Amino acid sequence: MARYITQRLVYMVITMFLIATFTFFLMKFLPGTPLSAADRLSEEQQAVVLAKYGLDDPVPVQYFNYMVNLVQGDLGISFQFDNREVTTIILDRIGPSLQIGLQAMIIGTLLGMLLGLVSAIYHNGFLDYGSTFTAVIGQSVPSFVFAGIFQYFVGVKLGWFPVALWGTWEHTVMPTLSLAIFPLAIAARFMRTEMLEVMGSDYITTARAKGVNKFGVVFKHGVRNALIPLITVLGPLAVGLMTGTLVIESIFAVPGIGDQFVKSINTNDFPIIMGTTLFFAFFFIIIVLVIDLLYGIIDPRIRLAEGE
Amino acid sequence: MDNLLEVKNMHVSFDTYGGEVQAVRGVNFSVKKGETLAIVGESGSGKSVTTKALMKLIPMPPGRIKEGEILFEGRDLAKLSEKEMQKIRGKDISMIFQDPMTSLNPTMKVGNQIMEGLIKHQKMSKAQAKKRVMELLELVGIPDAESRIKQYPHQFSGGMRQRVVVAIALACNPKLLIADEPTTALDVTIQAQIIELMKDIQKKTDSATIFITHDLGVVANVADRVAVMYAGKIVEIGTVDDVFYNPKHPYTWGLLGSMPSLESEVAELYAIPGSPPDLLNPPKGDAFASRNEFAMQIDKEQEPPLFKVSDTHYAATWLLHEHAPDIDPPEAIKKRVAAMATNSGKGDRS
Repeated sequence: MARYITQRLVYMVITMFLIATFTFFLMKFLPGTPLSAADRLSEEQQAVVLAKYGLDDPVPVQYFNYMVNLVQGDLGISFQFDNREVTTIILDRIGPSLQIGLQAMIIGTLLGMLLGLVSAIYHNGFLDYGSTFTAVIGQSVPSFVFAGIFQYFVGVKLGWFPVALWGTWEHTVMPTLSLAIFPLAIAARFMRTEMLEVMGSDYITTARAKGVNKFGVVFKHGVRNALIPLITVLGPLAVGLMTGTLVIESIFAVPGIGDQFVKSINTNDFPIIMGTTLFFAFFFIIIVLVIDLLYGIIDPRIRLAEGE
Repeated sequence: MDNLLEVKNMHVSFDTYGGEVQAVRGVNFSVKKGETLAIVGESGSGKSVTTKALMKLIPMPPGRIKEGEILFEGRDLAKLSEKEMQKIRGKDISMIFQDPMTSLNPTMKVGNQIMEGLIKHQKMSKAQAKKRVMELLELVGIPDAESRIKQYPHQFSGGMRQRVVVAIALACNPKLLIADEPTTALDVTIQAQIIELMKDIQKKTDSATIFITHDLGVVANVADRVAVMYAGKIVEIGTVDDVFYNPKHPYTWGLLGSMPSLESEVAELYAIPGSPPDLLNPPKGDAFASRNEFAMQIDKEQEPPLFKVSDTHYAATWLLHEHAPDIDPPEAIKKRVAAMATNSGKGDRS
């Protein structure tokens, strides 16, 4: 197990290196300069500013310098925001994004699993049709539509939760729900299909032949086996959620990292673009690792094939 | 009243989009304490459905027990609720399944899978149940039980898994054990081992057994009595000697004739012509008539009742009617039967 994790960590470092390299060169193709008021500065003034940030060096040299700093844990200084360190900016902004993302992920998948389970148990019944319908809507309607609906009806009409902005726990409710609907729909659909398949399998008959009651058959024998394929989609789902936050954050005016990311691209704030990209990448790689480890916990066949 | 199980006129149907599939069309049989009844027949003849229906393990819906009684120790199982059935399954009646590769839960430790029934039915503590599991594993011939119970099914070979399945079935000392083709999915050497194990267990426990198979060699080896099923009905039933050495039904002749044997002088095996009837629309008269070279006019019009051959032997064919012509089985089949008789005189057929 330890060997497996070490191996994965090495791959992670390689992946991060590749992502950093690609992003760096792609970023250099962005039109314009980081100077917000280029037209008001003379050529000499511009040159001085560019030289200050090392932007007058050839791109390979810039790349080399950046990577050397990166290895030392230095992500550089933002061009736009009061010359603050990129690390500080990210840490300041990541909280709300993480909170909304994780809440949505947890609430979405858990509720979705429950919905799928109910669907499978009452197969072809009223509850099944209801939850399948919910899942189809949730999967086909984009999250910003739900965001708008929530804002208008729950926020403006009913006034239960604040329409936008950030601060208290209540502020997180509507962004979380808008974001949670997609993972909920996916989890519900997967859970339903897998559970139906599992409930038709031979070992469920064996369990029933032992006299195990319906509850035991579903929860002790069924769910765990149905979870295995569901875990596979959790990774892509988490990624989708992160890109979803970009939109949701701007709709609800949440001071999150997604909002920051968009602004930095528009202003050619290279260090922030790099820093945020690397941060997202790191986050996803960790999620993928956690999911792979989860696999091992749930499916003994995978666990034992790896270690020992 | 020494019948442990008495099935009376049981009908099982499945409601499909195409209509009602009459998988079992009125079967009658009984099993005494400690006795082994084999049910033979080709695929789709209703063997498995019959036994799954006894335990109410067929999916309902679409399946349903249309009519009939399943008297187990005098109680009619057909009328019991699902809750009451749960108290009987695994405790009084248990089942060994066909394919050990799929009949064990892949994500549950083998020990826990065996223990489940013990904890549920016999209210054992975990420690007591574990002790019993160790005994069971020894009984079914799995060595190194202490470490084996902590393993998962994928760490067992096919034969070992089937031993686990047998151990699960035996856990609560059931009064009736149903083995649904327990050797079909195994390779030949392992088949022999499992058959030996089953015989051994029959000696050690006094469970009655219903043994479903389409391997007639196995029947001769393990059973006391045989029921031959065709198109959802029992067409011939009797002791092993009755059915093997004095078969009366043309379908049984066909089955025996199609059984390969090492001693056979005949180069070609007998094949029953045609294919089994569609149980969505069962034919009028005897379901076997269209494949039966001895069929008479009445076979196409009326279903034959079970005629009594002897006190233990019954067959459902109009050939046994007093007005029917005397027809002997075909020569080839007579030869086979004679060969089997002398052969079994020589000793163990396995």
